[in-house]
Amino acid sequence: MAHEHKLEIFRGLVKFKSNTSKIWGVLIFLTIVTAVEVVLGIYKPEFLMSTWMDPIEGSGFFSTLGNILLSPIVYMKPLNLIFILLTIVKAYYITWDFMHMRDETGSFRKMVVWTAVFLICYLIFILLQEGGYVFNVYNGEDALIKKDF
Amino acid sequence: MDSTVATGTEEKTWGGGNQPLKASYGKMMMWFFIVSDALTFSGFLAAYGFSRFKFINEWPIADEVFTHVPFLHGQELPMIYVAFMTFILIMSSVTMVLAVDAGHHMNKAKVTIYMFLTIIGGAIFVGSQAWEWATFIQGDYGAVQTKGGNILQFGEYVTVDGVEKFKRVSIDDIAIAQASVRAAHERKNGLWFVDESTLPPYTVSEIYAGLAANENILVRNQLLTEDGHKTVLSREESLKQIKENGKLVVKGANLHVNEYGTTLFADFFFFITGFHGFHVLSGVVINIIIFFNVILGTYERRGSYEMVEKVGLYWHFVDLVWVFVFTFFYLV
Repeated sequence: MAHEHKLEIFRGLVKFKSNTSKIWGVLIFLTIVTAVEVVLGIYKPEFLMSTWMDPIEGSGFFSTLGNILLSPIVYMKPLNLIFILLTIVKAYYITWDFMHMRDETGSFRKMVVWTAVFLICYLIFILLQEGGYVFNVYNGEDALIKKDF
Repeated sequence: MDSTVATGTEEKTWGGGNQPLKASYGKMMMWFFIVSDALTFSGFLAAYGFSRFKFINEWPIADEVFTHVPFLHGQELPMIYVAFMTFILIMSSVTMVLAVDAGHHMNKAKVTIYMFLTIIGGAIFVGSQAWEWATFIQGDYGAVQTKGGNILQFGEYVTVDGVEKFKRVSIDDIAIAQASVRAAHERKNGLWFVDESTLPPYTVSEIYAGLAANENILVRNQLLTEDGHKTVLSREESLKQIKENGKLVVKGANLHVNEYGTTLFADFFFFITGFHGFHVLSGVVINIIIFFNVILGTYERRGSYEMVEKVGLYWHFVDLVWVFVFTFFYLV
Protein backbone atom coordinates (compact mmCIF):
# COMPACT_ATOMS: atom_id res chain seq x y z
CA MET A 1 0.00 0.00 0.00
CA ALA A 2 1.45 3.33 -0.96
CA HIS A 3 1.22 6.01 1.66
CA GLU A 4 2.20 9.47 0.70
CA HIS A 5 3.24 11.68 3.58
CA LYS A 6 3.69 15.39 3.42
CA LEU A 7 6.98 15.94 5.16
CA GLU A 8 6.96 19.69 5.60
CA ILE A 9 5.98 21.47 8.80
CA PHE A 10 5.90 25.19 9.68
CA ARG A 11 4.57 25.95 6.17
CA GLY A 12 7.56 24.39 4.48
CA LEU A 13 10.19 25.97 6.72
CA VAL A 14 11.31 22.55 7.96
CA LYS A 15 11.27 19.58 5.63
CA PHE A 16 12.03 16.12 6.94
CA LYS A 17 13.61 13.28 5.01
CA SER A 18 11.27 10.54 6.20
CA ASN A 19 8.01 10.18 8.06
CA THR A 20 9.85 8.78 11.08
CA SER A 21 12.15 11.76 11.39
CA LYS A 22 9.13 14.06 11.05
CA ILE A 23 7.49 12.29 14.01
CA TRP A 24 10.57 12.85 16.17
CA GLY A 25 10.80 16.44 15.00
CA VAL A 26 7.20 17.08 16.01
CA LEU A 27 7.84 15.41 19.38
CA ILE A 28 10.75 17.77 20.04
CA PHE A 29 8.57 20.75 19.11
CA LEU A 30 5.70 19.61 21.36
CA THR A 31 8.11 19.01 24.23
CA ILE A 32 9.54 22.50 23.88
CA VAL A 33 6.06 24.04 23.87
CA THR A 34 5.07 22.04 26.98
CA ALA A 35 8.28 23.06 28.72
CA VAL A 36 7.58 26.73 27.96
CA GLU A 37 4.07 26.32 29.40
CA VAL A 38 5.36 24.68 32.57
CA VAL A 39 8.06 27.32 33.11
CA LEU A 40 5.55 30.14 32.60
CA GLY A 41 3.10 28.32 34.90
CA ILE A 42 5.65 28.02 37.70
CA TYR A 43 7.19 31.50 37.49
CA LYS A 44 4.14 33.49 36.35
CA PRO A 45 5.95 36.63 35.09
CA GLU A 46 4.50 39.77 36.64
CA PHE A 47 3.90 41.63 33.39
CA LEU A 48 1.71 38.81 32.07
CA MET A 49 -0.53 38.73 35.12
CA SER A 50 -2.74 41.74 34.45
CA THR A 51 -4.63 42.68 31.31
CA TRP A 52 -3.00 45.18 29.00
CA MET A 53 -6.27 46.83 28.05
CA ASP A 54 -9.37 47.76 30.03
CA PRO A 55 -12.86 46.85 28.79
CA ILE A 56 -14.61 49.53 26.74
CA GLU A 57 -16.74 51.73 28.98
CA GLY A 58 -20.52 51.97 28.67
CA SER A 59 -23.32 49.50 28.21
CA GLY A 60 -24.41 50.37 24.68
CA PHE A 61 -24.60 47.95 21.78
CA PHE A 62 -21.21 48.73 20.27
CA SER A 63 -19.27 48.74 23.52
CA THR A 64 -20.85 45.39 24.45
CA LEU A 65 -20.09 43.94 21.03
CA GLY A 66 -16.58 45.37 21.16
CA ASN A 67 -15.97 43.82 24.55
CA ILE A 68 -17.21 40.43 23.33
CA LEU A 69 -14.93 40.59 20.30
CA LEU A 70 -11.97 41.78 22.34
CA SER A 71 -12.70 39.53 25.31
CA PRO A 72 -9.45 37.51 24.99
CA ILE A 73 -7.54 40.76 25.49
CA VAL A 74 -9.70 42.83 27.81
CA TYR A 75 -10.91 40.14 30.19
CA MET A 76 -8.17 37.55 30.06
CA LYS A 77 -4.72 37.76 31.58
CA PRO A 78 -2.07 37.66 28.83
CA LEU A 79 -0.55 34.61 30.53
CA ASN A 80 -3.78 32.63 30.16
CA LEU A 81 -4.13 33.79 26.56
CA ILE A 82 -0.60 32.50 25.89
CA PHE A 83 -1.45 29.15 27.50
CA ILE A 84 -4.57 28.75 25.35
CA LEU A 85 -2.78 29.73 22.14
CA LEU A 86 0.09 27.33 22.86
CA THR A 87 -2.46 24.57 23.56
CA ILE A 88 -4.11 25.16 20.21
CA VAL A 89 -0.69 25.03 18.55
CA LYS A 90 -0.03 21.68 20.23
CA ALA A 91 -3.47 20.40 19.24
CA TYR A 92 -2.76 21.41 15.64
CA TYR A 93 0.46 19.42 15.43
CA ILE A 94 -1.01 16.38 17.18
CA THR A 95 -3.94 16.35 14.77
CA TRP A 96 -2.00 17.21 11.63
CA ASP A 97 1.08 15.05 12.09
CA PHE A 98 0.27 12.32 14.60
CA MET A 99 -3.26 11.76 13.35
CA HIS A 100 -2.14 12.33 9.74
CA MET A 101 -4.71 15.02 9.06
CA ARG A 102 -2.09 16.64 6.82
CA ASP A 103 -2.27 13.64 4.50
CA GLU A 104 -6.05 13.44 4.20
CA THR A 105 -7.93 15.02 1.33
CA GLY A 106 -8.87 18.65 1.84
CA SER A 107 -12.59 18.03 1.92
CA PHE A 108 -12.32 15.29 4.55
CA ARG A 109 -10.10 17.49 6.69
CA LYS A 110 -12.57 20.36 6.49
CA MET A 111 -15.50 18.06 7.21
CA VAL A 112 -13.95 17.03 10.52
CA VAL A 113 -12.13 20.17 11.60
CA TRP A 114 -14.61 22.88 10.63
CA THR A 115 -17.52 21.01 12.19
CA ALA A 116 -15.68 20.49 15.47
CA VAL A 117 -14.23 24.00 15.60
CA PHE A 118 -17.56 25.67 14.83
CA LEU A 119 -19.54 23.66 17.39
CA ILE A 120 -16.88 24.03 20.08
CA CYS A 121 -16.70 27.80 19.55
CA TYR A 122 -20.47 27.95 19.81
CA LEU A 123 -20.47 25.92 23.05
CA ILE A 124 -17.75 28.08 24.57
CA PHE A 125 -19.49 31.30 23.59
CA ILE A 126 -22.85 30.24 25.04
CA LEU A 127 -21.47 28.88 28.30
CA LEU A 128 -19.01 31.67 28.99
CA GLN A 129 -21.55 34.35 28.13
CA GLU A 130 -23.93 32.78 30.65
CA GLY A 131 -20.99 32.46 33.04
CA GLY A 132 -20.56 36.23 32.97
CA TYR A 133 -24.20 36.60 33.91
CA VAL A 134 -23.92 34.07 36.71
CA PHE A 135 -20.86 35.93 37.97
CA ASN A 136 -23.01 39.01 38.42
CA VAL A 137 -25.75 37.03 40.14
CA TYR A 138 -23.19 35.73 42.63
CA ASN A 139 -20.88 38.70 42.98
CA GLY A 140 -22.74 41.77 41.75
CA GLU A 141 -23.65 44.67 44.01
CA ASP A 142 -27.22 43.49 44.45
CA ALA A 143 -26.31 39.81 44.71
CA LEU A 144 -28.77 37.77 46.71
CA ILE A 145 -26.17 35.16 47.60
CA LYS A 146 -24.59 35.48 51.02
CA LYS A 147 -21.28 33.83 51.64
CA ASP A 148 -21.29 33.53 55.41
CA PHE A 149 -24.10 34.10 57.81
CA MET B 1 -17.25 -9.92 3.89
CA ASP B 2 -18.36 -13.16 2.27
CA SER B 3 -22.01 -12.35 2.72
CA THR B 4 -21.85 -9.12 0.75
CA VAL B 5 -24.33 -9.25 -2.09
CA ALA B 6 -22.84 -8.24 -5.38
CA THR B 7 -25.25 -6.09 -7.30
CA GLY B 8 -22.91 -5.42 -10.12
CA THR B 9 -22.90 -1.68 -9.61
CA GLU B 10 -20.07 -1.34 -7.07
CA GLU B 11 -17.59 -0.23 -9.65
CA LYS B 12 -19.79 2.52 -11.03
CA THR B 13 -19.65 6.06 -9.66
CA TRP B 14 -23.14 6.04 -8.21
CA GLY B 15 -22.85 2.44 -7.00
CA GLY B 16 -20.18 3.18 -4.45
CA GLY B 17 -17.24 2.80 -6.77
CA ASN B 18 -16.19 6.37 -6.16
CA GLN B 19 -14.15 7.35 -3.08
CA PRO B 20 -13.90 11.12 -3.19
CA LEU B 21 -12.43 11.37 0.32
CA LYS B 22 -9.89 8.59 -0.23
CA ALA B 23 -10.49 7.28 3.28
CA SER B 24 -11.89 3.90 4.24
CA TYR B 25 -15.22 3.58 5.97
CA GLY B 26 -13.69 2.54 9.29
CA LYS B 27 -11.23 5.38 9.42
CA MET B 28 -13.89 7.92 8.56
CA MET B 29 -16.23 6.63 11.24
CA MET B 30 -13.40 6.78 13.77
CA TRP B 31 -12.92 10.42 12.84
CA PHE B 32 -16.62 11.15 13.25
CA PHE B 33 -16.64 9.41 16.62
CA ILE B 34 -13.67 11.55 17.62
CA VAL B 35 -15.55 14.71 16.60
CA SER B 36 -18.51 13.75 18.78
CA ASP B 37 -16.27 12.78 21.68
CA ALA B 38 -14.40 16.06 21.30
CA LEU B 39 -17.73 17.83 21.70
CA THR B 40 -18.42 15.89 24.90
CA PHE B 41 -15.09 16.92 26.36
CA SER B 42 -15.41 20.51 25.27
CA GLY B 43 -18.85 20.52 26.86
CA PHE B 44 -17.25 19.45 30.14
CA LEU B 45 -14.45 21.96 29.91
CA ALA B 46 -16.81 24.78 28.95
CA ALA B 47 -19.03 23.81 31.90
CA TYR B 48 -15.91 24.03 34.07
CA GLY B 49 -15.33 27.54 32.73
CA PHE B 50 -18.96 28.43 33.37
CA SER B 51 -18.88 27.21 36.96
CA ARG B 52 -15.56 28.85 37.58
CA PHE B 53 -17.17 32.19 36.75
CA LYS B 54 -19.39 31.85 39.81
CA PHE B 55 -16.36 31.61 42.06
CA ILE B 56 -13.88 33.48 39.93
CA ASN B 57 -12.64 35.54 42.90
CA GLU B 58 -12.06 32.51 45.09
CA TRP B 59 -11.15 29.60 42.82
CA PRO B 60 -8.41 27.34 44.24
CA ILE B 61 -4.93 28.00 42.86
CA ALA B 62 -3.85 24.84 41.04
CA ASP B 63 -0.18 25.47 41.87
CA GLU B 64 -1.03 25.15 45.56
CA VAL B 65 -3.17 22.06 45.11
CA PHE B 66 -1.06 19.81 42.91
CA THR B 67 2.36 20.15 44.48
CA HIS B 68 3.28 16.55 45.12
CA VAL B 69 5.68 14.28 43.30
CA PRO B 70 6.02 10.57 44.21
CA PHE B 71 9.04 9.70 46.38
CA LEU B 72 9.72 13.37 47.12
CA HIS B 73 7.86 13.86 50.35
CA GLY B 74 7.37 17.26 51.89
CA GLN B 75 8.64 19.17 48.87
CA GLU B 76 6.45 21.64 47.08
CA LEU B 77 6.94 21.08 43.38
CA PRO B 78 3.94 22.46 41.56
CA MET B 79 3.28 21.27 38.02
CA ILE B 80 6.31 18.99 37.79
CA TYR B 81 4.44 15.72 38.02
CA VAL B 82 1.62 16.79 35.69
CA ALA B 83 4.21 17.92 33.17
CA PHE B 84 5.79 14.48 33.46
CA MET B 85 2.40 12.85 32.86
CA THR B 86 1.84 15.04 29.82
CA PHE B 87 5.22 14.07 28.47
CA ILE B 88 4.49 10.36 29.01
CA LEU B 89 1.24 10.63 27.09
CA ILE B 90 2.83 12.56 24.21
CA MET B 91 5.64 10.00 24.18
CA SER B 92 3.16 7.12 23.94
CA SER B 93 1.46 9.00 21.12
CA VAL B 94 4.82 9.06 19.35
CA THR B 95 5.34 5.31 19.74
CA MET B 96 1.80 4.80 18.44
CA VAL B 97 2.42 6.85 15.33
CA LEU B 98 5.69 4.95 14.83
CA ALA B 99 3.69 1.71 15.04
CA VAL B 100 1.32 3.04 12.38
CA ASP B 101 4.30 3.99 10.23
CA ALA B 102 5.83 0.53 10.67
CA GLY B 103 2.45 -0.94 9.75
CA HIS B 104 2.54 0.96 6.46
CA HIS B 105 5.82 -0.81 5.73
CA MET B 106 4.29 -4.15 6.79
CA ASN B 107 7.01 -4.55 9.41
CA LYS B 108 5.42 -6.84 11.98
CA ALA B 109 8.34 -6.87 14.43
CA LYS B 110 8.47 -3.10 14.68
CA VAL B 111 4.68 -2.75 15.01
CA THR B 112 4.81 -5.22 17.91
CA ILE B 113 7.55 -3.34 19.74
CA TYR B 114 5.96 0.08 19.28
CA MET B 115 2.49 -1.15 20.28
CA PHE B 116 4.02 -2.64 23.42
CA LEU B 117 5.74 0.64 24.30
CA THR B 118 2.46 2.49 23.72
CA ILE B 119 0.66 0.19 26.14
CA ILE B 120 3.39 0.72 28.74
CA GLY B 121 3.10 4.50 28.34
CA GLY B 122 -0.65 4.34 28.76
CA ALA B 123 -0.32 2.18 31.86
CA ILE B 124 2.17 4.61 33.42
CA PHE B 125 -0.21 7.47 32.71
CA VAL B 126 -3.24 5.73 34.24
CA GLY B 127 -1.15 4.78 37.28
CA SER B 128 0.04 8.37 37.66
CA GLN B 129 -3.50 9.62 37.48
CA ALA B 130 -4.58 7.14 40.16
CA TRP B 131 -1.75 8.41 42.35
CA GLU B 132 -2.78 11.99 41.66
CA TRP B 133 -6.34 11.17 42.69
CA ALA B 134 -5.21 9.41 45.84
CA THR B 135 -3.07 12.39 46.86
CA PHE B 136 -5.90 14.80 46.16
CA ILE B 137 -8.44 12.72 48.10
CA GLN B 138 -6.10 12.27 51.03
CA GLY B 139 -5.48 15.97 51.34
CA ASP B 140 -2.63 18.06 52.56
CA TYR B 141 -3.02 20.55 55.38
CA GLY B 142 -6.69 20.29 56.20
CA ALA B 143 -9.07 23.20 56.69
CA VAL B 144 -12.25 24.33 58.41
CA GLN B 145 -15.44 24.67 56.43
CA THR B 146 -17.77 27.51 57.42
CA LYS B 147 -21.53 27.51 57.69
CA GLY B 148 -21.66 29.14 54.26
CA GLY B 149 -19.55 26.35 52.77
CA ASN B 150 -16.37 28.41 52.49
CA ILE B 151 -12.95 27.09 53.39
CA LEU B 152 -10.65 28.58 56.03
CA GLN B 153 -7.04 27.45 55.94
CA PHE B 154 -4.20 27.93 58.40
CA GLY B 155 -0.68 29.20 58.12
CA GLU B 156 1.94 31.52 59.52
CA TYR B 157 4.33 34.12 58.19
CA VAL B 158 7.88 32.88 57.96
CA THR B 159 10.94 34.56 56.50
CA VAL B 160 12.83 32.44 53.98
CA ASP B 161 15.96 33.99 52.41
CA GLY B 162 14.86 37.44 53.53
CA VAL B 163 11.44 37.14 51.89
CA GLU B 164 8.36 36.97 54.07
CA LYS B 165 6.09 34.15 53.00
CA PHE B 166 2.82 32.72 54.17
CA LYS B 167 3.55 29.10 55.01
CA ARG B 168 0.67 26.69 55.41
CA VAL B 169 0.29 24.83 58.69
CA SER B 170 -1.43 21.48 58.98
CA ILE B 171 -4.43 21.06 61.26
CA ASP B 172 -2.62 18.06 62.74
CA ASP B 173 -0.01 20.44 64.15
CA ILE B 174 -2.38 22.89 65.80
CA ALA B 175 -5.33 20.85 67.02
CA ILE B 176 -5.45 20.34 70.77
CA ALA B 177 -7.27 17.15 71.67
CA GLN B 178 -10.31 17.54 73.88
CA ALA B 179 -12.45 14.98 75.57
CA SER B 180 -15.43 14.38 73.36
CA VAL B 181 -18.47 12.21 73.75
CA ARG B 182 -19.30 12.28 70.09
CA ALA B 183 -18.90 8.78 68.60
CA ALA B 184 -19.50 7.71 65.05
CA HIS B 185 -23.00 6.42 64.58
CA GLU B 186 -22.96 2.85 63.35
CA ARG B 187 -25.82 0.55 62.51
CA LYS B 188 -25.01 -1.65 65.48
CA ASN B 189 -25.11 1.11 68.11
CA GLY B 190 -28.12 3.11 66.98
CA LEU B 191 -30.93 3.09 64.52
CA TRP B 192 -30.22 0.11 62.30
CA PHE B 193 -31.49 1.84 59.17
CA VAL B 194 -29.42 5.00 59.66
CA ASP B 195 -25.74 5.14 58.79
CA GLU B 196 -23.10 7.81 59.17
CA SER B 197 -19.84 8.32 57.35
CA THR B 198 -16.52 8.68 59.15
CA LEU B 199 -16.29 11.62 61.52
CA PRO B 200 -13.78 14.39 60.75
CA PRO B 201 -10.39 13.92 62.44
CA TYR B 202 -10.96 16.88 64.76
CA THR B 203 -13.81 18.99 66.02
CA VAL B 204 -13.94 22.71 65.33
CA SER B 205 -13.48 23.49 69.02
CA GLU B 206 -10.25 21.48 69.09
CA ILE B 207 -8.98 23.53 66.17
CA TYR B 208 -10.12 26.74 67.84
CA ALA B 209 -8.31 25.84 71.05
CA GLY B 210 -5.15 25.17 69.04
CA LEU B 211 -5.50 28.43 67.14
CA ALA B 212 -5.98 30.37 70.38
CA ALA B 213 -2.89 28.74 71.88
CA ASN B 214 -0.59 29.50 68.93
CA GLU B 215 -0.14 33.25 68.67
CA ASN B 216 1.51 33.24 65.25
CA ILE B 217 -1.03 31.15 63.36
CA LEU B 218 -3.36 33.04 61.05
CA VAL B 219 -6.36 32.06 58.98
CA ARG B 220 -6.73 32.71 55.30
CA ASN B 221 -10.00 32.57 53.44
CA GLN B 222 -10.85 31.72 49.82
CA LEU B 223 -10.93 35.23 48.43
CA LEU B 224 -8.15 36.13 46.01
CA THR B 225 -6.37 39.45 46.45
CA GLU B 226 -5.30 41.78 43.65
CA ASP B 227 -2.02 39.94 43.13
CA GLY B 228 -3.65 36.51 42.99
CA HIS B 229 -2.99 35.24 46.52
CA LYS B 230 -5.56 34.16 49.08
CA THR B 231 -6.55 36.77 51.67
CA VAL B 232 -4.83 36.33 55.03
CA LEU B 233 -6.92 37.53 57.97
CA SER B 234 -5.69 39.40 61.02
CA ARG B 235 -5.25 37.53 64.29
CA GLU B 236 -8.53 38.80 65.81
CA GLU B 237 -10.44 38.15 62.62
CA SER B 238 -8.94 34.65 62.39
CA LEU B 239 -10.19 33.72 65.85
CA LYS B 240 -13.56 35.33 65.20
CA GLN B 241 -14.10 33.51 61.89
CA ILE B 242 -13.31 30.08 63.30
CA LYS B 243 -15.38 30.65 66.40
CA GLU B 244 -18.47 32.12 64.72
CA ASN B 245 -18.51 30.47 61.31
CA GLY B 246 -16.50 27.26 61.66
CA LYS B 247 -18.73 24.25 61.21
CA LEU B 248 -16.74 21.26 59.98
CA VAL B 249 -13.11 20.19 59.93
CA VAL B 250 -12.16 19.01 56.45
CA LYS B 251 -9.20 16.93 55.39
CA GLY B 252 -8.80 16.05 51.74
CA ALA B 253 -11.41 16.27 49.07
CA ASN B 254 -14.40 14.34 47.85
CA LEU B 255 -17.64 15.20 46.08
CA HIS B 256 -19.08 16.88 49.19
CA VAL B 257 -16.22 18.79 50.71
CA ASN B 258 -12.87 20.06 49.47
CA GLU B 259 -10.14 21.36 51.74
CA TYR B 260 -8.55 23.33 48.87
CA GLY B 261 -11.54 25.59 48.32
CA THR B 262 -14.79 25.43 46.41
CA THR B 263 -16.30 21.97 46.28
CA LEU B 264 -17.07 22.45 42.58
CA PHE B 265 -13.33 22.39 41.90
CA ALA B 266 -13.09 18.88 43.31
CA ASP B 267 -16.26 17.79 41.52
CA PHE B 268 -14.95 18.93 38.15
CA PHE B 269 -11.52 17.50 38.86
CA PHE B 270 -12.96 14.07 39.56
CA PHE B 271 -15.40 14.24 36.69
CA ILE B 272 -13.16 15.51 33.90
CA THR B 273 -9.91 13.75 34.76
CA GLY B 274 -11.97 10.67 35.61
CA PHE B 275 -13.71 10.69 32.25
CA HIS B 276 -10.38 11.22 30.54
CA GLY B 277 -8.75 8.50 32.63
CA PHE B 278 -11.54 6.15 31.61
CA HIS B 279 -10.76 6.95 27.98
CA VAL B 280 -7.10 6.18 28.57
CA LEU B 281 -8.02 2.93 30.29
CA SER B 282 -10.28 1.83 27.44
CA GLY B 283 -7.59 2.94 24.99
CA VAL B 284 -5.07 0.71 26.76
CA VAL B 285 -7.50 -2.22 26.64
CA ILE B 286 -8.13 -1.71 22.91
CA ASN B 287 -4.38 -1.36 22.34
CA ILE B 288 -3.80 -4.67 24.13
CA ILE B 289 -6.37 -6.39 21.90
CA ILE B 290 -4.72 -4.97 18.78
CA PHE B 291 -1.29 -5.87 20.17
CA PHE B 292 -2.29 -9.54 20.39
CA ASN B 293 -3.84 -9.38 16.94
CA VAL B 294 -0.53 -8.08 15.64
CA ILE B 295 1.38 -10.89 17.36
CA LEU B 296 -1.05 -13.49 16.01
CA GLY B 297 -0.48 -12.12 12.53
CA THR B 298 -4.08 -11.15 11.85
CA TYR B 299 -3.13 -7.98 10.01
CA GLU B 300 -0.24 -9.69 8.25
CA ARG B 301 -2.78 -12.09 6.73
CA ARG B 302 -5.25 -9.30 6.08
CA GLY B 303 -2.55 -7.55 4.13
CA SER B 304 -3.05 -4.22 5.84
CA TYR B 305 -2.33 -2.73 9.24
CA GLU B 306 -5.13 -0.20 8.94
CA MET B 307 -6.68 -1.36 12.22
CA VAL B 308 -3.55 -0.14 14.02
CA GLU B 309 -4.08 3.22 12.35
CA LYS B 310 -7.72 3.45 13.45
CA VAL B 311 -6.91 2.59 17.05
CA GLY B 312 -4.00 5.00 16.78
CA LEU B 313 -6.43 7.78 15.93
CA TYR B 314 -8.32 7.09 19.15
CA TRP B 315 -5.10 7.01 21.15
CA HIS B 316 -3.92 10.33 19.73
CA PHE B 317 -7.30 11.80 20.52
CA VAL B 318 -6.87 10.84 24.17
CA ASP B 319 -3.55 12.65 24.11
CA LEU B 320 -5.18 15.64 22.42
CA VAL B 321 -7.83 15.87 25.13
CA TRP B 322 -5.19 15.70 27.86
CA VAL B 323 -3.39 18.67 26.33
CA PHE B 324 -6.56 20.69 26.88
CA VAL B 325 -7.31 19.28 30.33
CA PHE B 326 -3.73 20.10 31.33
CA THR B 327 -4.14 23.70 30.20
CA PHE B 328 -7.51 24.39 31.76
CA PHE B 329 -7.03 22.51 35.01
CA TYR B 330 -3.43 23.13 35.85
CA LEU B 331 -2.33 26.24 34.00
CA VAL B 332 -5.15 28.73 33.46
